[in-house]
Amino acid sequence: MIEPTPPASVEERVNFNTGEVLMNPSVGEPIMRLDDVTVSFAGRNAVRGVTFDVHQGEITALIGPSGSGKTTLLRALNRMHDTVRTASVTGSVKLGATDVYAGTTDATLLRSRVGMVFQRPNPFPTMSIYENTVAGLKFNGVRKKALLDEAAESALIAAALWDSARDRLKAHASTLSGGEQQRLCIARALAVEPEVLLMDEPTSALDPIATKRIEELIGELKHRVTIIIVTHNMQQAMRVSDRCAFLLMGEDKAGELIEFGPTAKLFSEPTDPRTLDYVNGRFG
Amino acid sequence: MMTTLTFDAPADPILERRRRIQSVASASLRRRKNYSRVAIGVCWVFLAVAIVPLIGVVAYVVIKGLPAWNADFFTQVTEPEGIPGGGVWNAIVGTAVIGAIATAVAVPVGLLCGLFLAESDGRIAGAIRFTADVMTGVPSITIGIFGYIAIVKNTGHYSGLAGAFAIGIIMLPVIMRAGETAIRGVPFHLNEAALALGARRATVARRVVVPAAMPGIITGVLLAVARGLGETAPLLLTIFGNQYLQWNPTKPMEALPLVIYNYSSQPYADLVQVAWGAALLLMVVVLVLSIGSRVLAAVLQREKR
Repeated sequence: MIEPTPPASVEERVNFNTGEVLMNPSVGEPIMRLDDVTVSFAGRNAVRGVTFDVHQGEITALIGPSGSGKTTLLRALNRMHDTVRTASVTGSVKLGATDVYAGTTDATLLRSRVGMVFQRPNPFPTMSIYENTVAGLKFNGVRKKALLDEAAESALIAAALWDSARDRLKAHASTLSGGEQQRLCIARALAVEPEVLLMDEPTSALDPIATKRIEELIGELKHRVTIIIVTHNMQQAMRVSDRCAFLLMGEDKAGELIEFGPTAKLFSEPTDPRTLDYVNGRFG
Repeated sequence: MMTTLTFDAPADPILERRRRIQSVASASLRRRKNYSRVAIGVCWVFLAVAIVPLIGVVAYVVIKGLPAWNADFFTQVTEPEGIPGGGVWNAIVGTAVIGAIATAVAVPVGLLCGLFLAESDGRIAGAIRFTADVMTGVPSITIGIFGYIAIVKNTGHYSGLAGAFAIGIIMLPVIMRAGETAIRGVPFHLNEAALALGARRATVARRVVVPAAMPGIITGVLLAVARGLGETAPLLLTIFGNQYLQWNPTKPMEALPLVIYNYSSQPYADLVQVAWGAALLLMVVVLVLSIGSRVLAAVLQREKR
């Protein structure tokens, strides 16, 4: 009789800030915990009091109409609001044992663990395909050619770009099509081997065929990285996500979390009538 | 246990690579932070180097010029050495009249040229654009000579108009290029939206593009005016200077830059004092124009929303 494999929760990892050894959560366990997260710009709330857990190895979708604060919330998770002077984030965001907004947490290190893909493909225009792919690694001080090459190949394969790009790695990124450019951006984010990947409407600037390829990609990637994706498209959320967070603009124009749960349940038997209305396309 | 397989650590190359990358990232953090600090420090040093002379000039002019300011300074005409009192009223009038005429001519011409440049990419536009760029770099004394030959020689006497002509030529390329830049900054989809409604090109420009570009245009125009008011060399050869109050631009006139130029080289303390006062006044005028252009642009920007 075969011994069952022990659960994978024993992978050691070092907390950059404290030097303490962490445990890697196994699939299904919370990797990011949002507790009462509020984002405000110049004193006005954009998102208020959001609490939910993001589970390791899953795809979490943030859905909701325009203005419900999906993107604002997403950008709070890797401290992208740091660059906006008037922005402030309260509440707690935790990545494993790391408090994202603790004073001792270095934003650059955090972002190497929580990657991001944006709405529009934004490859660096002066860099080649290869240079784009390893840019994040170089930013993080990786200089070993072997590691760069290995990570680049792995990321390009994972982003389904390796077959078409392997012979022209030195070509400029601008020679790629829009869909390919977005996959290059995904590869660029993956090459750093982040634990969480944030995707902000990654297909909104792409045609349906390129969208389909990215969606397939997202499904394959969840074995490698936990994904949080913002999408306008409910069919997309239904197709790709395991869990869904539904946000809606409240009376004071701040986004609120209406419902959070497994995607299947949220779309078939939501507890909140507003969720039911939204997923059935009655508004938004 | 199937779901946990990919996370069964030791054999997983991705987890292994993640561990390596993260350890490099955290190990190099101190080096990267230090590098960042050094780079930012260098920026601060150079900023200080750049800003010390700027502040120095402003502070020196204020300290030297302020004692010259009194009621007479703004209301009386310049007096020769030895006669107490006297001001720069004649120079203020001259600068205002010359500046107004130059602006009134250069702004419409410059902006229409700018609109043309923004709307066309042909060979003619390219040549004009290139000429304008060269013109902004031409030493202003050259423009002064041109004004002297074109106006002073032909009319037979120095005049405020000749000065306005020279100053207008100085301002023209600046307004052209500023206008072009502001108009080009308007997103093309606004053009398309108007065209798709059946608007003519001129209508698109007048009703959609130019209004949207207005904050940039105003900023550019006021900066060009500020630039023109400060020019000395073109005036030297065209308006001659005038100790007496003169409102008529067909006659020789006085101007603030001219007062600064002529009086600062005099061996008499009270005349040098007047030059400092005029320098401060000119600086304040330019400052007010610059701040005014920003405020106006900000107000227009807000109204657009």
